[in-house]
Amino acid sequence: MTIAASLKKRLKYFDVDVSFSCASKSMMVMIGPSGGGKTTIIRMLAGLTTPDEGQVIFGDEVWFDSARRVNVTPQKRRLGYVFQDYNLFPHLNLLDNAAFAAVDKKEVDGLFDLFKISHLRKRKPHMVSGGERQRCAICQALARHPRLLLLDEPFSALDVITRRGLREELKDLKGKLSCPIIYVTHDINEALFLADEILPVVEGKNDDGWMQRTITREPGTGTTAKGAREPRLSLVY
Amino acid sequence: MDYLALYVTLKLALVTTVILTVIAAPIAYLLAYTRFPGKSLLEALVYLPMALPPTVIGFYLIIVMSPKGFIGHAWESLTGGSLLFTFLGITIASIIYSIPFAVQPMKAAFSKIDRRLLENAYVLGLSRRATFLRVIIPNSLSGIAAAAVLVFLHSIGAFGVLLMVGGSIPGETKVASIAIYEAVETMNYHAAGMIALSFIPISYAFLLLINKLNEDSQT
Repeated sequence: MTIAASLKKRLKYFDVDVSFSCASKSMMVMIGPSGGGKTTIIRMLAGLTTPDEGQVIFGDEVWFDSARRVNVTPQKRRLGYVFQDYNLFPHLNLLDNAAFAAVDKKEVDGLFDLFKISHLRKRKPHMVSGGERQRCAICQALARHPRLLLLDEPFSALDVITRRGLREELKDLKGKLSCPIIYVTHDINEALFLADEILPVVEGKNDDGWMQRTITREPGTGTTAKGAREPRLSLVY
Repeated sequence: MDYLALYVTLKLALVTTVILTVIAAPIAYLLAYTRFPGKSLLEALVYLPMALPPTVIGFYLIIVMSPKGFIGHAWESLTGGSLLFTFLGITIASIIYSIPFAVQPMKAAFSKIDRRLLENAYVLGLSRRATFLRVIIPNSLSGIAAAAVLVFLHSIGAFGVLLMVGGSIPGETKVASIAIYEAVETMNYHAAGMIALSFIPISYAFLLLINKLNEDSQT
């Protein structure tokens, strides 16, 4: 199955206007500066934000088509969406959270083993660390057998060590999943480490030169862009 | 001591609380989460009983519940009985009298829930109804408990509305606040004092209960 989208949406400071596709078993990383419309694009794929114009096609299903007035609800898209935080329901323990929409509740134990949080199954979300919460959030999304996995900066609230560990777990997981995965980040390391394809998004539009400009000295300006320091930092940890 | 009046009071407060909690939850949901034309008008209407003198509410309830009023007439043609001066009549009056005290705290509790939780529930396949039952309600238990206790305490204090709609029939519509009033009227201060005194531990116990509920919901 392939997800193909072409989306337009007018926002306050710029317009989103992108087209992309992502095939099964592949991970597309959407990268770009914060506030550049990446989350809006992901939300349009999930059906939580309605585009002004465009199409979202998943395999042979039309999820959204402005011309034909089709807009499938988020409930029926059957996808997994991991937010930066706030995925977990505070009133449920981790096990019940992951089993919340599970196709087969027995699979949750296996997922918990895979993500090494089995010992925390009876804890409520506020009693575990941010990294453990995000592991559980991924289990929650996977237990639903998603047809498409959306990850919106899932590790950005975590410290670097935890983030690196989770990044590696996610890379391992990628080989086991058969659905397309779209991963949003503003971290170039993460993008290079995980991506099969990279889609740089700046002010709502695809900008293929953005990464190059960010990691090299911009000619004439003499200033080093902020992102340039991050690859060097990666040597430290 | 007029135990019968106390019993009617507690029964009325309990029935009002249970029914009103169920009725108020969807109203609070509508007010907290949806947008529709005339919403502010509906909201003001729901809170109106709080702003009206109880005798005014009582007056209009008499009008609609009397055998000529549309509710009273419908009820009479269905059952052959009257709504006025019955326990059912004062239950309806008590529900209308207390509705703002149920809706307001529930709306506040529902509004406090992070929208991202609801969006996550939708993405996970839950309908709006299922999200209400499985996410919103369990995460607003302290607000619902607060609403229930407020309604209970407000109902045991009702006087003017109940006197107008129900009169003072022992065992049926004579509640403790009416019994106190009548005892004082007949200069029977001892009887009035006994009933008045019995309110204090009841009200106090319920306030302790709400504190306990609040603590539990936070852990």
